[in-house]
Amino acid sequence: MSTIAMFIKIDGKRIAEGLQEAQSKLNGSSEAVLDFTSVLRVQPKDLAALEELAQVAEDRGIKIELHGVNVGIYKVLKLAKLASRFAFRA
Amino acid sequence: MATVTNEPVPRQIRVPPSPEDLSAERIAYLESLVVQARRAAAAFTQYTQEEVDRIVKPMVVAGLEQAQHLARLAVEETSLGVLEDKALKNMVATEFVYNYVKDKKTVGAIREFPERGIVEVAEPIGVIFSLTPITNPTSTVLFKCIMAIKTRNAAIFSPHPNAWRCCFEAVRIMYETALEHGAPEGAFTCLESHGLQENAYLMKHKDIGLIDATGGPGVVKAAYSSGKPALGVGPGNTPVYLEKTADLNMAVVDIITSKTFDNGTICASEQTVVMDDEIFDLAVKKFVDLGAHLCNETETKMLERAVIDPETGFMQPVAVGQKATDIAHRAGIAVKPNTKLLIAQIEGVGREHPLSVEKLFPVLSVYRAKSVDEALKVCVDVNHLGGVGHTAVVFSRNDEVVRRFSEVINAGRIIVNSPGSIGAFGGVYNDMVPTFSFGCGTGGGNSTTDNVNVYHYLNIKRVARRTQAHMWFRVPNQIYFNMNAVENLRRLQSKSTIIITNPAMEQIGYVDVVRRQLLPEALVHVCVIPDGEPEVKTILQGVEALNYYKADQIIALGGGSVIDAAKIMKLKYESPDADLEELAAPFMDIRKRVVEYPTEKVQRARLIAISTTSGTGSEVTPFAVLSDKERGRKVTLADYSLTPDVAIVDPQFVLSMPKGLTADTGIDCLTHALEAAVSIYASPYTDSNAMQAIRLVFKYLPIAYERPNDEEARCMMHNAACIAAIAFSNAAVGVNHALAHAFGARFGITHGRANALMLPHVIAFNASVPSKFMPSPNQRGYIAHKKYATITELLGLGGSTVEEKVKRLIAATQQLLDQLAIPRSIAELGISKEQFELAMPDLAKNAFDDPSWRSNPRMPLVSELVELFWIAYRGRGTAESVADLHQQTA
Repeated sequence: MSTIAMFIKIDGKRIAEGLQEAQSKLNGSSEAVLDFTSVLRVQPKDLAALEELAQVAEDRGIKIELHGVNVGIYKVLKLAKLASRFAFRA
Repeated sequence: MATVTNEPVPRQIRVPPSPEDLSAERIAYLESLVVQARRAAAAFTQYTQEEVDRIVKPMVVAGLEQAQHLARLAVEETSLGVLEDKALKNMVATEFVYNYVKDKKTVGAIREFPERGIVEVAEPIGVIFSLTPITNPTSTVLFKCIMAIKTRNAAIFSPHPNAWRCCFEAVRIMYETALEHGAPEGAFTCLESHGLQENAYLMKHKDIGLIDATGGPGVVKAAYSSGKPALGVGPGNTPVYLEKTADLNMAVVDIITSKTFDNGTICASEQTVVMDDEIFDLAVKKFVDLGAHLCNETETKMLERAVIDPETGFMQPVAVGQKATDIAHRAGIAVKPNTKLLIAQIEGVGREHPLSVEKLFPVLSVYRAKSVDEALKVCVDVNHLGGVGHTAVVFSRNDEVVRRFSEVINAGRIIVNSPGSIGAFGGVYNDMVPTFSFGCGTGGGNSTTDNVNVYHYLNIKRVARRTQAHMWFRVPNQIYFNMNAVENLRRLQSKSTIIITNPAMEQIGYVDVVRRQLLPEALVHVCVIPDGEPEVKTILQGVEALNYYKADQIIALGGGSVIDAAKIMKLKYESPDADLEELAAPFMDIRKRVVEYPTEKVQRARLIAISTTSGTGSEVTPFAVLSDKERGRKVTLADYSLTPDVAIVDPQFVLSMPKGLTADTGIDCLTHALEAAVSIYASPYTDSNAMQAIRLVFKYLPIAYERPNDEEARCMMHNAACIAAIAFSNAAVGVNHALAHAFGARFGITHGRANALMLPHVIAFNASVPSKFMPSPNQRGYIAHKKYATITELLGLGGSTVEEKVKRLIAATQQLLDQLAIPRSIAELGISKEQFELAMPDLAKNAFDDPSWRSNPRMPLVSELVELFWIAYRGRGTAESVADLHQQTA
């Protein structure tokens, strides 16, 4: 397995799509960093996409790190029981 | 909590089925609903109040537009109720509820109480599992949808199986409208089919935050038994008291309107009307005139058999929500085609009177009462026959009757002069909160008696800001000080003065000094009391004298004990019923004390305190100590009403104080000031007095001790004692006094000397990092060591760090004690180690029981009190305990 870390910026206006794209690029990486700095709000479909991404990453042993998640979204992830499935970086 | 409908059947609580009976496929389906709702609820937390309100309004409009459509569906599907009334209920569930919630804050800070420093902040619940009934299907769904969105919650609906289609449609309309206006996807879902297993599974699901169960007793019981927070319903059986002063025309119309509304399916509707004998016949005639049918005895029996299950004693399900004419037909009673209501007279309440139970159809029982008492008793009986906590109605113009009714009836809603069912909704006939869910309190097995509303769909967080307690600073009305201050007595008018004093004062001639200053027109009597702390019998003798001479002025001339005696005599003289035992009850905060001192006085007398020692400061304090020799204890009274009216601080009365007394009382004064300075109740007002007293003691006590006739030193020490007392009267003392009280009482050591033995060690103790901090809302951080350092600076003792300054203060205190030839250890008093060891359990217990330490900056552990006693016994250890002084200087 490659040790290359992937860095993907998530567009705040098309989060679910961005996450699906990220998921398709997971092959070959041991780690992925998703930049959430431009994400100001998430919707249920985004949460569904995150959950799917987490599942795929877990299945493939890939660590996903979310970068720049604001506290409001962090709470949403916590309530949606997703926070424990990702690593967070300020 | 009850809803507008109580499910009539089944009355027996069925054991809910086990969720384990569900297939894997079914479980996956339920899980998908929960996941969807959980995501929606999580996303919803990001919404602002404005965004929420923008969703709610169109939902309400959609509900109004579809009110008739949904009502029709409900009637068609359930065969219960009346189309027009169901449409009205749908409108109430939307328009009236909206009118209540539209301006309510349900996001962020929802209420603020700036004067209390409290802000309430809303936190959504998350996912609500919502069960809806057959009797009020669509209106309940509309109501709950609006509540859920307004509070940013997601809801999973489980309608009654016989009302599923209409409820599903109501949920669909609400959801689509909400989604269109920005609600998160999945905010509402509705179980595709209803099964008790599904309900049981969801009720126990870890991601369900609240169960809102509107339905029959089985569903409610299951909800409450699930282990989840739940809003459930309680059954109703609404009694009505139609009292003779009521507006009969209004009352009869209201009752008919209410009882026939939706064919009586609303559980708040009237069940038994108890009428005064004087109006019974007229009222019944009015009912009949307006379309009711009064059943005769035979018809009543027929009706009972038709609508009440003889096995259970409860209503027959087939009758629920049916028209009066249909019920009459079923019972075999011939009625006019336009009959609205069947009325049957009952003679009592209970199983032997079948129609006295809840009847969710247009059958009304009536009872003739011979008196108000009888009427109220029958209403209580009806209330307790399955309707506790729900709803009751009274029609009367007599406020006293309404008051009595509301006191004896246990109902969350007591509706006055208006219809029960529509009145209970709230917002139509009264200003109660509009609801479709009636809290029935503990009587109905519920947690609230409220009309359930948006606030029950929220977790309300209280942000409590630190508040500063109101402080106080009280001093006697007049203080005269300096040499010959006693001459000020001439200013004070009196017709009858009693001088309370002790034998020594009389022998020395001080009594005469005082007498000479009194106005000639005053009758003056002297009451000499024994030395030592006053006993109850001494107090009572003094009060007798005060009464005999009708004293208007009391002069206390002596040390602390004499002044204390005079304070208590005055209290008992002015308020003979004052119970000293009760007034001595312990308290934490004088402003919140349980026992209040009497304010009504049968006599009034001015209390003038002339102190003859420079230590206790009793002339300005609100304290008095009474000796209860019979029980072998001391009783401390504390209240600002005990403070003397006038204090005379005249050094001429202390010039003859012996050296030992000068030393002991002087150190008592220093202890008062030092403890007041670091007390948790210290304030800039008390600090100024405490600091000045400390300065005066360090400067003048050695002089007064060495040169007793030095008038300046005596004067300053006398002032210092008074000033220190002003400080501790308002800031209280501390652990030094707790230790000294326990030790002094056990070994018969004077108070001042006992204080002296503890003082250096207590300074070190308070200046160290506490093992337990004392709660002290008025202080920012732990500051005792800094206060000591400030005192050191004031005394000019030098030192650069806080720790060093504290050490210098301790050293200066020790040096002062040496100058005054005060023993530096308990051992030096001749108390053996064995004696002390033997006494230690009592010493520790009594010191901990002493209220003095409750204002100490550091909360003492019992083990620390023991340690302090032993340090004081050895007279060593202070340096070691100072070693861990903390360095905090910020």
